[in-house]
Amino acid sequence: MSPNENSADPHQPHLVECRGVGFAYSRTKVLEEVSFVLHRGESLCMIGPNGGGKSTLVKLLLGLLEPTEGQVRVLGRKPSEVRTAMGYVPQAMRFDPQFPVAAIDIVLMGRLDRIRMGRFSRRCREVANEALAEVGMAGFAKRPFSDLSGGERQRVLVARALACEPQFLILDEPTANIDLAVEAQLIESLARLRERMTILMVTHDLDLVAALGDSVLCVNHLVHRHPLPLSGETIQEIFSGRRRLEHDRRAHVDEDAAHACDHD
Amino acid sequence: MTDFFADFIDAVGTVPLIRYSLLAGAVSSLIFGVVGSLVVTRHIAYVAAAIAHSILGGIGASVYYSRVHDLPWLTPMVGAIVAGLISVALIGWVSLRFKEREDTIIGAIWSAGMAAGLLFLHYSPGKAVNLESYIFGNILLTSREDVVMTLALGLVVLLLVAVFYHKLVAVSFDEEFARLRGVSTRAYYFLLLALTAMSVVLLVRIAGIILAQALIILPAATASRFSRSLWTIMVIAVAITFLCNTVGLAVSYELDVPTGPFVVFVAVAFYAVSFLYRRRTH
Repeated sequence: MSPNENSADPHQPHLVECRGVGFAYSRTKVLEEVSFVLHRGESLCMIGPNGGGKSTLVKLLLGLLEPTEGQVRVLGRKPSEVRTAMGYVPQAMRFDPQFPVAAIDIVLMGRLDRIRMGRFSRRCREVANEALAEVGMAGFAKRPFSDLSGGERQRVLVARALACEPQFLILDEPTANIDLAVEAQLIESLARLRERMTILMVTHDLDLVAALGDSVLCVNHLVHRHPLPLSGETIQEIFSGRRRLEHDRRAHVDEDAAHACDHD
Repeated sequence: MTDFFADFIDAVGTVPLIRYSLLAGAVSSLIFGVVGSLVVTRHIAYVAAAIAHSILGGIGASVYYSRVHDLPWLTPMVGAIVAGLISVALIGWVSLRFKEREDTIIGAIWSAGMAAGLLFLHYSPGKAVNLESYIFGNILLTSREDVVMTLALGLVVLLLVAVFYHKLVAVSFDEEFARLRGVSTRAYYFLLLALTAMSVVLLVRIAGIILAQALIILPAATASRFSRSLWTIMVIAVAITFLCNTVGLAVSYELDVPTGPFVVFVAVAFYAVSFLYRRRTH
C-alpha cells in the first residue's frame, strides 16, 4: 500500500507516517502492512470492528507500543521521542468515577511535563483554564470529576489534552456512552478545534465521522483509506469484518476497486 | 462520662507514658491519614496489608540472627525496614509485571512473610519473644525516642507527598496519560509503596502490624465517603485517625484493657457509621 496523500499540501512535512507497520501480541498478528500518512490540518477517523487493531494502532502512534515490523514516525521522529507533542483523549468511562479530584486538577495533568516537583505555575493554571473554556467548561473548574455527566467528563479530558498545547489530537471513541444531546455539544467543541488542529480519532460513530472527518482509515488487521462519504456497502463490509487479513490481498484490491475507494 | 474524660486528661498531664502515647498517636495520625488517603484512592489497600504482614518475616529474622550471631545492632526495627523494602520491591514488581495474577502472588508474599517470621521467632534462642506486641502493638510502651522517630518519619512522608503530590495523583488517576506526559509511572508507584512501607514499619512499634493496616485503610476509607477532594480526604482522615487513637487510648486506660483492639474498634465504628450514613443519604 502506498501512503495516501489526498487532501493536504504535498510540500508540508508529514505529521504522522506509518510505513509497512506490523504488530503482534506474542504470536497473534494484530496489524500487518499498515502504511498511511497524516498531514497537518487533516482530520482522520479510524473505524473498524472490535479487535481489528484500532487501539493497537493508537498505542503505536503514541509510542506506548513498538511495532514488530516497519516504522512509525511522528514529526519525523520516533513517537516515544515526541509524546509531548501529542494530545491524547482516552474514553471517559475508563476511569474511577469516584476519584477525588476536581475538573481543573485533571486538566492540569496535561502540564505534568512542565513541573519537576511542587506546584503548578501560574502559566500552567492559565493554560488549563483556557483549555476548559475552549471546550465550554469554564464554569466547571472546581466541580468534582465524580459530579460531572459522561459528556462533561469527556470534554474535561479533551481540555486536558489541549492543556498539553499539542500539535495534534488523538481521540479514542470520544462519543462512546454519552447521550445524543451531549454528543452534539462535544461534536461542536471538536469542530472548533478541527479548524486549527490536526485530529486523529477512533470512533464507531458515523455521525462523528461525517461531521469531522476528511477521510476514513478502515482498520481491520490491514488498513484502507477511504475518502468521505462512505457508501453503505463499504460500511457494512467494514463492520461485518469481511475485510480481514486472511482474505486474499488480491480480493481486497478487487473489492476496493469495485467500490472506487482509495488504497493506502 | 465527664469524669471518665477528666480522669484521662489528668493522666495526660501527670503520667509521661500516657503523654507520649497521645503524642505518638497524634504524629502517627498525620502519617496514616496522608498515606492512607493515597492508598485508598489508588485502590491498593490489599497491597498495604501485604506489606504490613510481610515485615513480620524481617522482625523474626532480626531477632533470630541478632541472638544467634550476637549482633546487637540488628534490632527488630532494622529487620522490619529491610523486610519492608524487599516487600515493596517484590510486590511492586509483581503488580507491574503479572497484573492478571497479582492478587494471588501478593497473597503468597503476605503469607510467606508471616510464616517466615513465626518460624524465626520460634527458633530464636533465649527469652520468648512477645509476638502479640508486634502484631497488635502497644502504644502504652511508647518512649520519647519513639515519638521523635515517628515525628521525623512523619515530616519525611509529608515532605515527599507535598513535593510529588500532583504526580502521585496523576499516576493514580490515569497511569497511561501520566506516562505520555513523561512521568515515570513505575517510579511513582514504587514511591507510593515505599511511603506505605515506611509508615507501617515505623508505626508497628506503636500500632502493631494489624492495627497499622487498619489505621492506614479505615480512616481514609471513612473520609473518602464524605469528600471528593483528595486534600480534604487527607485532612479528615488525619482527624479521624487522631480521634481513633485518643478515644481508644482513653477507654483502654480507664478500663485497663489492651489499647490496640479498642483503637481498631473505634476505626471500624467510624467506617460503619459512614457506610450507613451514605447509604441513607444516597
